[in-house]
Amino acid sequence: MTTRRDFVAGAAAVAVGTLGAPLVARAQAAPIKIGVLHPVTGFVAQSGGLCRLGATMAIDDANKAGGIKSMGGAKIEAVLGDAQSKPDIGAAEVEKMNEAGVSAIIGAYASAICLATTQAAAKHGIPHMVDIGVADTIVTRGLSNTFRFGPGYTKVAELAVSNLAALNQAAGKPAKTAMIIHEESLFGTGTAGLLSKKLPEIGIEVKEVIKHANPTRDFNNIALRIKAVNPDIVIPANYYNEYVLLVRTMQQQRIVPKAIYSVLGGGASSYQFVKEFPEASNGIIDCNHWFNPKNPKVAELKKRVEAQGKFFAYEVFLTYAATQVLIDAIERAGSSKRDAITAALASSTFANHIMPYGPTKFVNGQNEGAQPMMTQVVGGDIKVIFPTDFRETAPIFPLKA
Amino acid sequence: MFDFNILFPSVLNGLTTGAIYALVALGLTLIYGVLHIINFAHGASLMVALYAVYMLARAGIDPYLALPLVVTGMFVFGYLLQRLIINKSSHGRDENILLVTLGLSIVLENLALLFFTSDTRTIDTPYTLATVAIGPALISHPKLVAFAGSLLSCALLYLVVARSRLGRAIRAVSKEKQGARLMGIDVDHIYAVSFGIGLAAVGAAACFLLPAYYVNPQVGTGFVLVAFTIVVLGGMGSFVGALLGGLLIGVVESLGGLYLGESLGQIGIFVIFIGVLLFRPQGLFGAKA
Repeated sequence: MTTRRDFVAGAAAVAVGTLGAPLVARAQAAPIKIGVLHPVTGFVAQSGGLCRLGATMAIDDANKAGGIKSMGGAKIEAVLGDAQSKPDIGAAEVEKMNEAGVSAIIGAYASAICLATTQAAAKHGIPHMVDIGVADTIVTRGLSNTFRFGPGYTKVAELAVSNLAALNQAAGKPAKTAMIIHEESLFGTGTAGLLSKKLPEIGIEVKEVIKHANPTRDFNNIALRIKAVNPDIVIPANYYNEYVLLVRTMQQQRIVPKAIYSVLGGGASSYQFVKEFPEASNGIIDCNHWFNPKNPKVAELKKRVEAQGKFFAYEVFLTYAATQVLIDAIERAGSSKRDAITAALASSTFANHIMPYGPTKFVNGQNEGAQPMMTQVVGGDIKVIFPTDFRETAPIFPLKA
Repeated sequence: MFDFNILFPSVLNGLTTGAIYALVALGLTLIYGVLHIINFAHGASLMVALYAVYMLARAGIDPYLALPLVVTGMFVFGYLLQRLIINKSSHGRDENILLVTLGLSIVLENLALLFFTSDTRTIDTPYTLATVAIGPALISHPKLVAFAGSLLSCALLYLVVARSRLGRAIRAVSKEKQGARLMGIDVDHIYAVSFGIGLAAVGAAACFLLPAYYVNPQVGTGFVLVAFTIVVLGGMGSFVGALLGGLLIGVVESLGGLYLGESLGQIGIFVIFIGVLLFRPQGLFGAKA
C-alpha cells in the first residue's frame, strides 16, 4: 500500500512541479525551504498532526512578521512530509526533502521515527531540529546536525522520580509499590526501563512492568492485573489513544490507586482528555512537556489554536517553540546553506519563547535548559505543581486516604 | 497461575470482545460466501460506520438509538458501492474486485483524513463508564450490550439467510451463479444486497463499539486483520464458524494477553491461524473445497 501511495503522491508532485514551476514569482528573495516531517497518518497520526500545526503556525507567524530579515525578507516555505508512523518511511521522506532542497528539517514526533530521520538527514548534512522525540539516543550518537529543544526521557524520569520522592516524603510515605504500564516502542520501553531502575532508589518497589502494543484494543486484562497486584501507584507511559483507554478501563474496573503518576503519559496533560473525561482524568499527575504558565504569550497562542478547533496540546506548543528556534538560527545565519544553519543552531541563545527553559544552549545537540513540568488535573483544568517556581496549585497526594 | 477472580473476568471480557469481532467477521464471511471475494474495504467500512455513529451522537442521537439508522445507511451504502462501483469496474473478474476494494479502502481512509483529520474522537454517554457485577467480574454496560446485540444480530442474519426467500436466493447465487440466473434470480441485485448486508453488520458493530471505543481514520485496520483470521478459522463463508470463531479468538486474545503480556498475547491468534491453515484449511465449519 505504501508504494502505491508514494507512487501516486510522487506522480502528483511531478505534475504539480511541471505545471507550477513557471508561475513562481521572482519578485523577492528566493524562499527558504524547511522540511516539516511528522507522522500525520498511522497510529500516532493525531500527535503528528498537532506537531505539524505547531510548526506551520510558527512558520506562518515568521512570514507575517516580515520573513527572514537578514535575507531581504525571504519567506519560509514549509515542505510537508508524512512519516506514516513508521521509521523507514520517515527516512524515505528525508530523502525526498533532500531532493526538494530543504535547508533544514523539523520533526518527527515519535522517538523511533526521530532516530531514523536524524540519521538520514545527517547523511546529507541537513540540520534537523527534533521537536518531541524523547529517547536519549537521538542526541547521544554524535550527529552534529541533530538538535533537540525539549528534554530527553532521562531528564524527565529523574525529575519525576525525585518529585515523587518529595511528595511521598511529605505525605508520610503512603506509597510503597508501583506498577508501570508502557507502550512497546523506543519511547515507552526506554522510559519504563529508567523508571524501574530509579524507583527502588527512593524506596518504591516496582511490582510489575507491563508492555502493550500500539494499538491495543482492550485494556481489561491490564486492568485485571493491576487489580491483582494492587499497587499504590500506577505509572503509564504511552501514546494518547492507549492512555485514554487505559484510564477509562481503570475507572470502569473501579481501580483507584493512591496516584496515577504518568511519566510522559499521552493523555494526562491533554486538554482534550480532561474535557472529554473529567471524572477519569481528575487528580492525575503527569511529568511532561509543558509551557511556561507565567508567559503571557501562551494565552494568545492557545486561543489561536483553539480557534482552529484543536486542543492546545504539548505537541503544538513544543513544536511551535522548536520551530521558532530553527527560524531564529536561519535569521542569524543569514543564509539558506545547511552548514551555516547548523552552526547558527549550535550557538543559539534563543530566549524569547513560551517554554520554561530559559535561554537556549545546545550541548552535543541537547538543549541544556530544557525541563519538563509536573502537572496535575484539578477541577477540570491542568495546573503546574512542580517545579515550585512555576507552581499554580499545591499537589494533591495521595488521592485516597 | 491466576486465580478465579482474574481468570473469570478475563474470559468474560474475551467473550464480549469476541462477539464484536464476530459481527465484523460475519459481514466479511457473507461477502466472501456470495461474491467469492475478500472485501479489503471492510476495515474502512467499519471506520465509515463509526464516523456515522460519531456524527449522529454529536447531533444528540444515542448510539443505540442510531442503530436502525446506521444499519440502513450502511446497507444502502454497501448496495450502491457494489452496484455502481465494484460491479461496474470489475468486468466480472475476481482479481479486479479485489483491487477495487483495496483502492476503495485507500480512498475512504483518505477521505476521512480530509474531513475529520487524524484526530482520535470519542463520545461520552451516561453509560460509558457504568459497569455490572457478574460474580467477581465487572463488565461495562457497553460491552454487555455489544455482546447481546452481536449475538442477536448474528441470529437474525442466520434466520434471514436460512429461512427467507431472499436468503434462499443468496444461497442459490453463492452456490451456483449460472443456475440461479436461469431460475430468474437477478444475480447483480443479490450481489449488491449481500454486500449491503455485509456492511450493515459492520454498521451494527460500530453502534455497539463506539460507546466504549474511539474512532480515527485508521481504526478499521486493527479489526480487519482479526476478522480475516476469524473467517479463515471458522471456514470461509460459514456463519456459525464466524460467530464461534469470533468468540474463540476473543477469549484466546484475552487469555493470551493475561499470560503472555499484552504485546505477546496476540501471538495466540496467529498460532491458531497458522495451525488452521496447516491442519484444517477449510476451517472449523467450512465445507471441503
